[in-house]
Formats: sequence, C-alpha cells, structure tokens
Amino acid sequence: MQKELWKGNEAIAEAAVRAGCRAYFGYPITPQNEIPEYMSVRMPEAGGVFVQAESEIAAINMVYGAAAAGVRAMTSSSSPGISLKQEGISYLIGAELPAVIVNMMRGGPGLGTIQAGQADYFQATRSPGHGDGRMIVLAPSGIQEAADLVAEAFDLADTYRNPVMILADGMIGQMMEPIVWHKRAPKALPPKDWAALGREGAGNTHFVTSLRLQSSANEVFNQQLMGKYQLITAEEVRWETHECDDAEVIIVAYGTTARICQSAARKLKQEGIKVGIFRPISLWPYPYEALRELAKQASVKSVLTVEMSLGQMIEDVRLAVCGLKPTPFYGRTGGMIPETEQVSEKVRQLLQEVKS
Amino acid sequence: MSSQRVFVILGPYGSGKTEVAVNLAGMLARTGRHTALADMDIVNPYFRSREKEVIFKAAGIRLIAPDRATWAADLPAVSPEIFSVIQDDSLTGVLDVGGDKGSVVLAAFSEALRRLGPAVWYVINQTRLGAQSPQAALEQLRLTETRARLPVTALINNTHLLGETTSGIIMAGAEYSRKLSSLSGLPLIFHGIEESLASAIQLPEPIFPLTLLMKRPWE
Repeated sequence: MQKELWKGNEAIAEAAVRAGCRAYFGYPITPQNEIPEYMSVRMPEAGGVFVQAESEIAAINMVYGAAAAGVRAMTSSSSPGISLKQEGISYLIGAELPAVIVNMMRGGPGLGTIQAGQADYFQATRSPGHGDGRMIVLAPSGIQEAADLVAEAFDLADTYRNPVMILADGMIGQMMEPIVWHKRAPKALPPKDWAALGREGAGNTHFVTSLRLQSSANEVFNQQLMGKYQLITAEEVRWETHECDDAEVIIVAYGTTARICQSAARKLKQEGIKVGIFRPISLWPYPYEALRELAKQASVKSVLTVEMSLGQMIEDVRLAVCGLKPTPFYGRTGGMIPETEQVSEKVRQLLQEVKS
Repeated sequence: MSSQRVFVILGPYGSGKTEVAVNLAGMLARTGRHTALADMDIVNPYFRSREKEVIFKAAGIRLIAPDRATWAADLPAVSPEIFSVIQDDSLTGVLDVGGDKGSVVLAAFSEALRRLGPAVWYVINQTRLGAQSPQAALEQLRLTETRARLPVTALINNTHLLGETTSGIIMAGAEYSRKLSSLSGLPLIFHGIEESLASAIQLPEPIFPLTLLMKRPWE
C-alpha cells in the first residue's frame, strides 16, 4: 500500500469518514481548524452532514441529536472550546450515547495560546462534565496512530454506548507524517435498537434522555454505569512500552511528549544510561497495573513523568507506582514544548541524586 | 533566476513551500544578495518560517513577519514591511505564502507584484492530499492562481515522505511533475530534494538540495 503524507487534523477527519461518521458538527478554533475545514468538503461527498454550528455548545448538542438517531457523530475543538462542551458531554454520558470528541489541546488556562499543550488531562480523565460519568480517552502520539485510534474510538463508543475522546496536543494536529490507510475488518457491534428513529409501527417510543426524576432510579442507573466502567477498565486498557526491561529510569509520557522522550532515551542510551518509555494510549482507563509491574523491577531507580503541563498525569503515575519508587516530574506548559535535551538533563540529574 | 528580484512560493498545504522558500532565501543570501524572507502564511498556526528567526539572522536574511505582539497568534496578519520588497529595488524578496486558500493573501499585492514580473513558483508533492492525479493537481493550481491573482510561472517538484523518502518516491514524483508540466504548459525548473538524498539521485532537470529546517520537536 502506498504511503501518503497527511497532516494530523486532516487524517483524523478522513479516518472518521472512513469509520462511517456521517455527522460532524463543529466550530473553528486553532489548532484544529483543518478538521472542520476538511469535513466541510468531505462530509457532503460521503453523503453525511456537516454543520458549522453557532457555538461549541450548539455543536455538542447537535452531536447528541445525531447520536440519538443512531448516526456515527463527531465534534472536535481545542481546549477552550472543549470546556464549553462539558455540559453536552455529561448529557451524552447520561443518555448513554456513542460519540467521538476530538480535543487538540493548546496552552491554557483561559484563551491561553494556540501552541501545543497537555493541560486538559484532568478535565478529560477526571471530570467529563458533571456527575458520576467517565469517558474513554485515547491519546495518539503520531498521525498513523491518530487515524487508527479514530476508527477504534467509533467502535468503542458504539460498543459501550459512551462518548470517547481523542485527546491530542496541537502538534499532533499540525504536524505531517506518512501514513497508510488500513482496511479494517468490521467489528461485531451491538445493534442500535435504542435509537430514536420514529415508531414506524413499533409499539413503543424510543426516548433518549439523561433526565431521571426519581433519585432511586437515578442511583440504579449510576450503578449500571459504574458496572459498564468496570468492564471498560478490565477490557480496554492500552499502552506501549519501549526498552523498559532492565531500565534504570522509566519515563511516562503520552502524545508529542512521548516522542520527545523517546528521542531523549535514544540519546541517553548512547551515554550508557538505560531509559525505558512507558506510553499510556488509553488515559482513561489508565494502565495502572502494567506501569506498576514495570516500576517493581529491581533495576528501576526512578519513574519520571514528563508532560506539557505542570503535573496532571503524574497523579495517575503515583497511583500506579504506589510509593514503590520515586516519581519525579518534568513539565513545560502554557504552549511551550519540552526539548529533548531538557528531558535528557533531567534524567542525568535524577541518576546523580540517586547515586549521591 | 539571476534576473528575478521577487520570488513567490505557492502550493498546496504541506507541499513543502516553507522549506523551499527558506532554502532559496539562504542560497540567494550566500550569493551576496541583500535578501528578505517574508512569512506571509495566514493559515498555518505552526511550522511557520518566522519561528526560525535566529537562523535567518545568522545567515544575513532579513525576516519580514508580523510584529512581536501578534506573531505567535493565528491572525491573518501580514507585516506592512512587505512593501519594502515591492519598493526597494536593492532587495531580493522571497515570499513564503500559506497553502491552498492562504494564497488569497497575495491578491491585495498582486497588481504591484505583477509589475515586478516575479517568479511565481508552485511547489508540488505527489504524496500529499489532492495530488492524486496530475489533472487534480492542475485544478488546484488554477484555483490557487485565481485566489492569488498571480499567474504561476514555473513548477517545483518537492515530492517526499519526510524521513521515509526513498529514491523511488522521488523518481515517481519527478515523473508526476513532468506530467503536470506538460498538462499546464509550465516549466519544471527543479526538484527540491533533502540534501542527504540529493547526491545519489540523477534527474534530467536541476536538483536543489534542501537543508530541512521545519522539524518536529523531537527531531
């Protein structure tokens, strides 16, 4: 198969169309504008719907409507716009609707900058809107993986009737890499027999809502949700390791930051320092056990977390490592990207401290 | 090339315009010309030539970009300094224009630019979106001319797959760009090829070895 050079945002949009997404609703914001731009042309070609909504809030609620009708629906935005979508995400969770949401993170808080960031980790993994909800969060670190994960995100959303977020940083959206369009085997998915498509002779009306007026019934629903989340946690954890066997330091990083840390690890290897990379791909559910097992190795002196934030995923790393090893942190934030040499220097420093 | 004073670098998104523009400005500066590189990208928020200010300074290239307060923003802003390229006969200007719809930025200057008889070079990369056939690429080229209100004067083949570029990909791209050349009637003036690959490749048209600057953060 011929490789093609794709920009991250374009590849994500095309991957969604190929995955059967037929409804896209969005509102422009840098650094993800190529997604709505691409969809505005491609969706009508594919027989789907593209709407540039009047706001991010409108867009996520349009996703709710399309998803309730059983259509594969998607929206995308960047940090400030994703904040606006939180209420809608909670409604999707509450109505058990499948949808894919792309967050091409930029430097926050507030309007911040248009450069890449990773400071929406808490928002995505801890609190997708209000209530006892969870959202599957997938973090690509390259364009091929971004395209592949988008297809997977639609399947996961349909399987679990829950929104799935592709959480990437602006660099993933803006950079280009060679990719191949894989032919995906269709997955067996549950029928959308709950979709609100009109009665058409059926006895009952399908009613898609997150409103449950009886607290007791709402508690039962929440417990059912929790059961679903336990299943997701058991089945859908994804991660990748790189040279973690006998590593002195394990670096935990995702997205663009993981690529930078891989570069640093290669450099450090030449200096005789063994650095492994643990890259979570699903940020929720988080690969706690896999990381804990690696951290237990006798060779591991330190588990370093590197992020484009001042420390968010570090909390999951600490939950995983559970005090077994030191868990230091290095981060750049506000739209600044860590340099390979800065990461390398942090590792050298850590080993010095351990030795002294 | 020596008779030209203004070089306009156009092309689809991600075809490699900035790399070509930056390398061209470097070559012109090395020949002793008083050279300016104008970052006129109003569509891309990242990977813009303005980010390489330090390198241009060292190479003696004057960078024309939006002012400090706004240059990291996504504003469709162009520096008024662009007029020095138009008005100053002693200055050689390379205009690095954003892809596709971004070429519309030139329309406001097209009358003045046309009077200067600029080289308007269209950069193509076969591995990119919209470049599937020479016919599709020609349609894209004509649309770009309409937006820019400037006729393209020559083609540059810059077919590559970043770090996965092979001589086979370059050869296929060369053949593809020849087809676009005969379809459009525009001359194919050179192939832009990353410097480590350039020496091993033989092509009938000239080769311009490129030193890549717009790298990803881990490269």
